Amino acid sequence: MILFQILTALGTASSLFLVAAGLTVIFGVTRVVNFAHGSLYMLGAYVGWVVLSHLPQTIFGFTLGCLVTAAIIGVLGVLIEICILRRLYRVPELYQLLATFGVVLIAGNVVQLLWGTRVVTLPRAAWMQATISVSGHPFPVYSVVMMVVGPLVLLALWLLFSRTRWGALVRAATEDREMVGALGIRQNILFTTVFGLGAALAGLSGALSLPQVAATSQMALSAVSDAFVIVVIGGLGSVTGAFLASVLIAVLQTFGAIIIPQYVMVAVFSVMAVVLVLRPNGLLGRAGKGGRAMGDLPKLVEGATKLVIGLGVIAFIAAALVPAFDTGYVLSIMQDALIAMLFAASLHFVMGPGGMPSFGHAAWFGIGAYGAALSASSWNLPMSESIVFGVVTASILAALVGSFMIRLSGIYLAMLTFAFAQVIWALATQMTGFTGGDNGILNLWPDGVFASPTAFYALVLALCAGGVLVLRRVLFSPFGFALRATRDASARAAASGIPVGPVRHVAFTISGGFAALSGGLFAFAKGSVFPTYINVSHSIDALIIVLLGGIQTMAAPVVGALVYTGLRDYLQAATTIWPMLLGIAIIVIVSLFPQGIGGAAEHWWARLGSRAKSKGG
Amino acid sequence: MAQMQKTLEVRNLRKSFGGVMAVDSVSLEVAQGEMLALIGPNGAGKSTCFNMVGGQFPPTEGEILLNGGDGTAVPIAGIGSRRIWQLGVGRTFQITATFTSMSVRQNVQMALLSRRHMIWKFWPRADDLLSDEALALLEQVGLQAQAERAAAVLAYGDLKRLELAIALAGAPKLLLMDEPTAGMASGERTALMALVRRLVSTTGISVLFTEHDMDVVFEVSDRILVLDRGRLIATGTGAEIKANEQVRAIYLGTGRTSGGH
Repeated sequence: MILFQILTALGTASSLFLVAAGLTVIFGVTRVVNFAHGSLYMLGAYVGWVVLSHLPQTIFGFTLGCLVTAAIIGVLGVLIEICILRRLYRVPELYQLLATFGVVLIAGNVVQLLWGTRVVTLPRAAWMQATISVSGHPFPVYSVVMMVVGPLVLLALWLLFSRTRWGALVRAATEDREMVGALGIRQNILFTTVFGLGAALAGLSGALSLPQVAATSQMALSAVSDAFVIVVIGGLGSVTGAFLASVLIAVLQTFGAIIIPQYVMVAVFSVMAVVLVLRPNGLLGRAGKGGRAMGDLPKLVEGATKLVIGLGVIAFIAAALVPAFDTGYVLSIMQDALIAMLFAASLHFVMGPGGMPSFGHAAWFGIGAYGAALSASSWNLPMSESIVFGVVTASILAALVGSFMIRLSGIYLAMLTFAFAQVIWALATQMTGFTGGDNGILNLWPDGVFASPTAFYALVLALCAGGVLVLRRVLFSPFGFALRATRDASARAAASGIPVGPVRHVAFTISGGFAALSGGLFAFAKGSVFPTYINVSHSIDALIIVLLGGIQTMAAPVVGALVYTGLRDYLQAATTIWPMLLGIAIIVIVSLFPQGIGGAAEHWWARLGSRAKSKGG
Repeated sequence: MAQMQKTLEVRNLRKSFGGVMAVDSVSLEVAQGEMLALIGPNGAGKSTCFNMVGGQFPPTEGEILLNGGDGTAVPIAGIGSRRIWQLGVGRTFQITATFTSMSVRQNVQMALLSRRHMIWKFWPRADDLLSDEALALLEQVGLQAQAERAAAVLAYGDLKRLELAIALAGAPKLLLMDEPTAGMASGERTALMALVRRLVSTTGISVLFTEHDMDVVFEVSDRILVLDRGRLIATGTGAEIKANEQVRAIYLGTGRTSGGH
C-alpha cells in the first residue's frame, strides 16, 4: 500500500517537475518569472485531449500524441515570447509578472470560450490499466511511465545543457546575463528557444497527466502556484533543485491527501516556510543579484500639494452626498469603490514605501471577510465586533506569517505571497463544514445603528477614507520614514541603528490589518462571503490599481480604485470576454508605460514643464 | 599618546572566505581622538577588516573590543551592525548609501530619530522633528545650502559629506570611513578629510579610515597601518611609513599604481 502511494507520488513528482523545470530554466536565462506557465500546462491538457482523441489508444499513439502536443505548446511559447515578452525584458520585474498574468487571463478566457466550463477527461486506455509486477505487487503501466518520465527529462536536460553549445549558452546566461550580451551571442534566439523549450515541457506535462487529472479552466493557477512553490524551494534557476523539490512536494501532497486531506496546502506551505528560513535562496539556489523589482525609486517623496488636498476634500464631499441622490445601484458601486480604495492603499503601504511586493494581498482581505462572517454567523457577534474580530485575526496571522516572509524580497516575496493566498483560498474552498465551501456564508447584514443602507454607507465612507488617511499619516511619521529608509538603503539603515527586520515586520502586519478591515466591510456590504474574495484575480485587482497608478504616490490607490472598480463592474456585466480585454489591456499598458501610467504622466508633466521653462527663458 | 584611553582594540583578527585568508592575524588599536589610516593595495583586506569591525559580517577568529565608555572593554565581534551602532560606532560605506527618497535634511533627521529612539512613533510628522539639529549637522559638513534638495540628485562629493553627517548624527565615539574620498576630485578629497580632521580635534572622536590617495593619508592621519595580502606589514607615523623599506618595496616605491588613481 505504502509502496503504491510512493509510486503515485513519484508520478505526480514527474508532472510537477516538467512544469517547474520549464519555469526555472526560463527564469534562469531571461530573469522573467512566467506567471502564464500554468496556463501553458492547462493548454497542453486541452490541446492534448484533442490530439489524443484522434489517435489510436496504444502506447505508441499516446507517446506520439504527447510529443505532438508538446511541440504545439512549444511553438505557442515561441509566439508568446516574440509577441509579448520580448518587449518586456527591460521592464521592472513586477511589471513583467503582471504582464504575464495578462497572458493567464487571455488563455483562461480562450479555454472558456472553446470548451466552456465543462471538465474534459481522457479515459484510461487498456494498456494504461494493465499491470506489471514489482516484487509481487501489481502496478499500472501508466503509473510506471509517469514515474520514469521525470528522471528521464532531468537526464535529457542535463545532457542538453552539458553536451551542446546551446546548453552551454543557457548555462552561461543563467550564471551572468550581461556576459552573454558581451560575448555577442544572438540573445533573441537564445531567449526565444529557451522559452519554447520551457513551454513545451509544460505542454508535455499537461498532456501526460490527462489520464489522471481532468482538464479544467481552474488548473492553470493551481499548477503555477505549485510550480512557484517548487522553484522557490529548489532555488530559482536550478533544474536539479526543481527536481528534488518536486519529489518533496509530491510526497507531501500524496500522503497529505490521505492523512490531512483539507490541510495539504497548509502542510506544503509550512514546509516551504521552513526551507526558506533555513536556506533563503532555496535548496540549490544561489544568492542572486537583486533585480529592479519595482522600477526607479522616486527622487523625493513630498506631502500633498494644496491642489491635491482640495480635490480630495471635494471628492469626499461628493462621496458623502451620494446617498441623497441614490440609495440603490450607485450607492453600492460607490461602496465597492471605497472598499477597493482602502484595500489598494493597504497594498500600497507595504509595497511602495515598504518595498515588499505582494501578489497575494487578497489573502488578508479574505481573512478579514471570513473572520467577520464566521464570528457573526457562528457566535452571533454584532457587526462591529465581528469586523474587529476579522481585523485582529488577520493582524495576528500577518505577524506570524510576516516573521519569515520579511526575510525575502522582490520576486521571491511576490511568489511566496501568491502561494500563501492560494493556501487561504484552498482552505476557504475545502473546509466546507466551516466555511460553506463554494457556497460561501450568506445572510450577513449590518445591524443596530448601521442597519439602513445610508448609515452603513456612512460607516464605509468614514472607515475607508479614514483608513487611507491614517495609513498616509503613518507614512510621514518617524516610523514611515524608517520604513522607507529600510527600502532605500537597508545596510545604511541598519548602520544608523534602524531595526530593519522589526520595522518591515510591523509594516507587513499593519498592511494586513487594514486589508482585513476592507474585507470585513465588504462582507457586510455584500451580505455574504465567497472564496472568490481570496482568489488571485482579486489580488491582481489591487496590484493593477497600485502598479498602474505608479507605485510612489498615495493618490494612485485612491484614484485608481475609483476608476478601475467602476469600469470593471460595468464591463464584467456587459461582456463575456472581459478577462481577455483586461489581459490585453494589461500587456499593452505595461509595454507602453513600463513605469506605470502615473509614472509616465509624471514624466510627461515634467517634460512639459521644462519645455515651457526653456521657452520662457 | 600612549597613555590615552583606547577606543578600539582588535586582536588577531582573521577572516577566510572559502579557504582564502582575506584577513590574517591583524591586530590594531585606535586611541581616543586618533585618526588611523589603513592602507594597502587592492585586495589587501581593508574593506574586510572594516566590515568585521562595523558588524556587516562576523570574523572567522579574533577579538574586537570597544571601549564601553567607563574603560570596560566590550567585545563586538559578530554582534551585528545595529548593536555596534548602539555602542557608538558610526560608519560610511565605500559605495555611498543614502536614503534616496528623502531630502538631504530628512536623511540626517532619520539618523537622529533613530538615535533618540523615536522610530516607533506612528503619528507625529517626522519632517517637523529634530529639524534644527539636523541643519546644525549639515552646517558642520558644509551642506546646509543643499538641505532641501533630494539626496538622489546630489553630486558625488556632496553625497560623501551627507554620509558623514548621517554617521555623525549617531554621535559616534568611533567613526569608520571606508574609502571616504573614492571617486572625488583631488581638491574635494583634501577638503573633506580636513573637515574630518577638524571634527576629530573639536569633538575628540576617533576615526579609522581606508584611503588610496597617499597625499591625503600622510596629511591627515596620526598613524598609518599597512596591509598586504591580509597581513599587517607596518605601523607608524607618516614619516616612518615613508621610510619603511618593506612598504616601499611592495607598495610605494615600486612604481606600481595603487589602484585608486
